Amino acid sequence: MSDGSPYRPDGQGFPPSPEGRTTSAVRPYVITGGRADAGAAPLSWESLVMAAETEVPATLQPEHRVILAHCQGLLSVAEVAAHLGQPPSVVQVLLADLRAWGLLVTRPPIPPAERADVSMLRKVLHGLESRL
Amino acid sequence: MASKAVSDAEAPGMAGAPGAPGGPRSPEPPGSRLPHGAEGAGTGGKYVAPTVAGAAKILVVGPLGVGKTTLIGTVSEIEPLSTEAVMTQAGARVDTGGERTKRTTTVALDFGRMTLGDELVLYLFGTPGQQRFLPAWRDLAKGALGALALIDTRDLAASFDALGNLEDLGLPFAIAANVFPGSPRYPEDELRLALDLLPDTPLVACDAREHRSSVEALIALVRHLIDTATVTTQSSEQPR
Repeated sequence: MSDGSPYRPDGQGFPPSPEGRTTSAVRPYVITGGRADAGAAPLSWESLVMAAETEVPATLQPEHRVILAHCQGLLSVAEVAAHLGQPPSVVQVLLADLRAWGLLVTRPPIPPAERADVSMLRKVLHGLESRL
Repeated sequence: MASKAVSDAEAPGMAGAPGAPGGPRSPEPPGSRLPHGAEGAGTGGKYVAPTVAGAAKILVVGPLGVGKTTLIGTVSEIEPLSTEAVMTQAGARVDTGGERTKRTTTVALDFGRMTLGDELVLYLFGTPGQQRFLPAWRDLAKGALGALALIDTRDLAASFDALGNLEDLGLPFAIAANVFPGSPRYPEDELRLALDLLPDTPLVACDAREHRSSVEALIALVRHLIDTATVTTQSSEQPR
């Protein structure tokens, strides 16, 4: 799945980080190093993510660190974004980094082939019916 | 569009909504401050239960003020969250009016979550209906099971854009008429005509403040999705 470069303790696995930043706030894409897309296959808003059970490297950027702090259990990309108060498009980039470094595990959304799959829809139906 | 406002047929009020239980059901504490641990896991906590293997999503669409967030809050196990989709170009002119066209703008999206059984979690994304928000829909609609389109019978025309967007995207949907105090109750066939609905598109009445009523509207949608999927499967039986 994640074919990105693994995290490297020397920090070379990281995107260029805006060094010497001292302002209290920066525009969102400064955080992502100007990258606006999360690579080939961005995580969809409903993808579930969770911090991997790996020690967090000391050199990790604060933005990535904050995300991991919010991901101590399963959460959707949209929830992570909402908790952070950042647009999902920004959070998708940071999550893709974390996944590439092996610091984040994901449970992808139901694959397209199964979406129209009747047995899956029945699961949703039964789930809803049990909520009545 | 062929739709026109329904004539002022006097509404044969379906029995008024049962005594509205004080607005949206108050959700469980969100516990969104918990920094660590599994204490937040499961329905009602911050985190999705660890047994959940996959997520699905349904869009809840409709014009401003139609009750999208109310419905989501009524059925969601978490307090509805809000996030912003970045939207480019199309429609930005409408927002800024005039020459100085912004390149991007944002649109707020409220969403909620329902854990269904042990393995599945369903996200409900409230999506504003205006035609100019169509770009924001495209990504969100990708992979969605379908959409529940909320309408307000006091202002049917306000829903036309949302329905048009759904048709453009080819997303299957059901219609739920959210019942407001004083909402006109039109006969179903008049509503169908006004909204230009296909015969098999479900049309239900709901009270977005009521849990059961809101869940039933979602059930109507999912039943429709199952019917649609069944038909599609049968008609595409031939191997490619």
